[in-house]
Amino acid sequence: MTTTTRRLLRGLGLLCAAVLGTAACGGPDSADESLEGVSASDVRAALEKGGSITVWGWEPTLKQVVAGFEKKYPKVDVELVNAGSGNDHYTALQNAISAGSGVPDVAQVEYFALGQFALTRGVHDLSPLGADELEGTFAPGPWNAVRAFDGVHALPMDSGPMVLYYNKDVFDEHGIEVPTTWDEYVDAARALHKADPDVYITNDTGEPGLATSLIWQAGGRPYKTDGTEVAVDFSDEGSRAYAETWQRLLDEDLLAPVTSWSDEWYRGLADGTIATLPAGAWMPANFESGVPKASGSWRVAPLPQWQEGASDSAENGGSGLALPKAAENEELAYAFARYATTGDGVRARIEAGAFPATTADLESEEFLRAEFEYFGGQRANEIFAESSANVSEGWTYLPYQVYANSVFNDTVGKAYVSDTSLAEGLEDWRRSSVEYGREQGFTVVE
Amino acid sequence: MSAPLPTPAPTPSTSRPASGGRDRSAARPRAPRRRHSADRPRRSVTLTVLTGLVLLYSLVPLVWLAISATKTQEGLFDSSGLWFDEDFALWENIARTLSYDDGVFVRWLLNTVLYVVLGAGGATFLAVLGGYGLAKFDFPGRRAVFAVVIGAVAVPGTALAVPTFLMFSELGLTNTPWAVIVPSLISPFGLYLMWVFTTEAVPAELLEAARIDGAGEALTFFRVALPLLGPGIVTVSLFTMVATWNNYFLPLIMIKDPDWYPLTLGLDAWNAQASAAGGEAVFDLVITGSLLTIVPLIAAFLLLQRHWRTGLAAGSVKE
Amino acid sequence: MTTTSPPPAAELPAPPRGRRDRRAWVGWGFVGPFLAVFGLVFLAPIAYSLYLSLFRQRMIGGTVFVGLENYRRALEDPRFWEGLGRVALFLAVQVPIMLGIALLVALAIDSGRLYGRNFFRMAIFLPYAVPAVVATLMWGFMYGTRIGLLGDLDEALDVSLPDPLSPDLVLASIGNIVTWEFTGYNMLILYSALRVVPRSLYEAAEIDGAGQFRVVTAIKLPALRGALTIAAVFSVIGSFQLFNEPNILRNLAPNALTTDYTPNLYTYSLSFSGLQHNYAATVAVVMGLITMAVAYAVQLRGTRKEA
Repeated sequence: MTTTTRRLLRGLGLLCAAVLGTAACGGPDSADESLEGVSASDVRAALEKGGSITVWGWEPTLKQVVAGFEKKYPKVDVELVNAGSGNDHYTALQNAISAGSGVPDVAQVEYFALGQFALTRGVHDLSPLGADELEGTFAPGPWNAVRAFDGVHALPMDSGPMVLYYNKDVFDEHGIEVPTTWDEYVDAARALHKADPDVYITNDTGEPGLATSLIWQAGGRPYKTDGTEVAVDFSDEGSRAYAETWQRLLDEDLLAPVTSWSDEWYRGLADGTIATLPAGAWMPANFESGVPKASGSWRVAPLPQWQEGASDSAENGGSGLALPKAAENEELAYAFARYATTGDGVRARIEAGAFPATTADLESEEFLRAEFEYFGGQRANEIFAESSANVSEGWTYLPYQVYANSVFNDTVGKAYVSDTSLAEGLEDWRRSSVEYGREQGFTVVE
Repeated sequence: MSAPLPTPAPTPSTSRPASGGRDRSAARPRAPRRRHSADRPRRSVTLTVLTGLVLLYSLVPLVWLAISATKTQEGLFDSSGLWFDEDFALWENIARTLSYDDGVFVRWLLNTVLYVVLGAGGATFLAVLGGYGLAKFDFPGRRAVFAVVIGAVAVPGTALAVPTFLMFSELGLTNTPWAVIVPSLISPFGLYLMWVFTTEAVPAELLEAARIDGAGEALTFFRVALPLLGPGIVTVSLFTMVATWNNYFLPLIMIKDPDWYPLTLGLDAWNAQASAAGGEAVFDLVITGSLLTIVPLIAAFLLLQRHWRTGLAAGSVKE
Repeated sequence: MTTTSPPPAAELPAPPRGRRDRRAWVGWGFVGPFLAVFGLVFLAPIAYSLYLSLFRQRMIGGTVFVGLENYRRALEDPRFWEGLGRVALFLAVQVPIMLGIALLVALAIDSGRLYGRNFFRMAIFLPYAVPAVVATLMWGFMYGTRIGLLGDLDEALDVSLPDPLSPDLVLASIGNIVTWEFTGYNMLILYSALRVVPRSLYEAAEIDGAGQFRVVTAIKLPALRGALTIAAVFSVIGSFQLFNEPNILRNLAPNALTTDYTPNLYTYSLSFSGLQHNYAATVAVVMGLITMAVAYAVQLRGTRKEA
């Protein structure tokens, strides 16, 4: 055997270790390293000593946070990298963790995606650093999300309590009331579309985030996760309520077949053909930059209810900051995450238009009284904060929700473009999720 | 520039005898009087119009892009796609594209130029060397080379992305320009083109003569063969340039740091920005940026078209 | 007469015998740099994929050696075969259309009977310079029935055109984008091939009294066979690897374009959202073998006919 071949084989061995985890190839096991033994004074010492960390995140206000942090701790250098969002971001993160190199010290992770990193021990449990004592600091929705997998696997950065954004001009023009229940919502959809066939109550081409949030609000709890045991079931009352209502909108062609975030969508929001938007509290910044023309037309209302008189809400989106284990500067990374989520960074983010997850801010007078010029001077934060407080409890995502969401349109999406019903689509989705869970070694309880 | 006479094959094909029968006509006396010869056929309106349909098909989207680049974001949403809006915002759009986010577009442009110079340049060099080796040397295993190359190209690149990423990561190349440049060095079509072109363009006698004069192989290549390969090199470098300039998937996997993005990835990031919570929608910049991205390529095509046409002519098909 | 593949060794002037050994080494020396890089960026990942395809990694339970289990699964995987069927259909319809248009345009330009021939040649080639990302974004916008160009057309003609991004039509819409991108490129390859046909042949045909049509079928088409075959081989590979266009259009038509729409999209989602690198590698290997086989068959057919 030549030297080259031997070197090649050794290379492959290294690769093997990198991809397959150390167990299969032998070698030091780094997966078990924890934050145990790192103390608050270590963090302070690290800040004084200085160093550099890398942060992966797409959230625009992180720029201001980094600037503030570097100003406060001049010896620390923070490199902010926007590694894309969504699947690209998680794949990049997962790849870097697998490869064991190029891993960021801090990574933004959406709540629905946290499970896969927590469960595969890709990110630190932050409890040893005192993160478990932060209960009460954060609104219940995001706090439960980061604690869903035994420990605190991220610090909540933003949250997305749901509200109904509506185009007041369109409703006024046709003399239609803003719906307070989902039944009224369907009626309003009919009335609007009848009054002007170009106008739709909202757009939807099948979005897992929206569907799961509405099921959440309706009281459905389709996912159960307990360690490596998972269950998926869309037959509970909440899930059914969602499916039935949305089915009516689909059957009568009351949903604009426009995919969110496309240029067509921004056009629809601007020209009044999309009349409402059930979405998280992070939306105002997008309105201001993407739909400047409709400034003054839109307002915020509480999310329509499944039962009259109720005040349930749910989270839609939102993300936290996690610390990947393969990175080295845990102390600095934690200091940064704290700064961004509980320290001065929060203020910087709010000023830049982000929606916080910290209760102190959600309850502060100044925050609540802020008037949104875009929403015609409305104190929208009051409605957001109320929604945040009313987020219904007990929701969990699957530990592999990233995959589940990726096949939403393969399964439930059929209901949008064929005769398949939403209920059948959900059943199909359940089957895909169960199958994948089994494949990945989970115990699926049926 | 009009070229009423067809360009003859660019290089004398001295290495091989003309195939039987083909040249029989050359011996015939030319017909004395022809109004419309094979060289100067009558122009046809019908044919021009029919081909014009394909032309229209090719150009309409580009016209759309050019017109859209003159619009503000609101104008984009409001006005018809194939006509101008009242505001002519092209210059503002270009200025904003170049200055947005501290002028990151310029950085991306420079990155792309770097990738093209090193990647496409290197790919051309490797293809020229390889093509010369395949065309002019009869070495064991030669026939297998191209089969292996084609075979490897047939494996979907998207699935190889993760293995490649992990390997490059092990070599410490990810998130560096090398991660984009090194894979760009391979152009299977370029290798093929240079192989065929070299066979045609470099007479074996010339190489033998140089060798008999005592020139080494390297010297023979650089002094004798290379000067004859000009058109082929231009052609291959144009193709590799387009491939590198438009490279998207590989940088997407390899490069996380926006400071090293090529233009395609940067535009994609701007486009995706509209779909992140709190992100700023900049469709106008995406469109203007797209236009600015393809203009240099189109300019390169126009400037070099005489060269690459001859290169392709000899390379694409052999008799 | 016309060969698609590089010239067979036998046709080349034989190198002088005595130097053969030394020359063999020199030949490798010239091809070596290409092959070294090729080995690094193509062969090594493929070898690595072959290796990966023998394992299975799970979120719970780590990595185990599974032998050929992944291959068995791929052969029985309806999602894979459906995607393959789709690209096969695409191949059977789009490639002939694209090459057909390219051929007609190349013949038209070569005939010299067009006004503004150089302009035609250049302009039709231009789309090739547009990155697939930009091309798809552009077409995606134009496909919009409500407020896109198609919407404008609907309004202007007062008709209701079907949605090009609906499940029934989306494959054709992708075909249109690919055709737009690559017709000019193929046209140029064919046109260049036509330019090297000796003019004397045409003169002879004219003297023999052959019409335009006869010139095309008797002289030009045979001369194009080689170029057509190489264009077809690269188009086959391109079709089987269809990815960029459907992947970007998914943002607009998420329900019509499923994650397993094409085999390449399937391997991408397997490894990118599903973390199933091992199975993705398996599908890639199988797909590579199928692509190779079809490309080889096309090439064989192209070269055999000329005999």
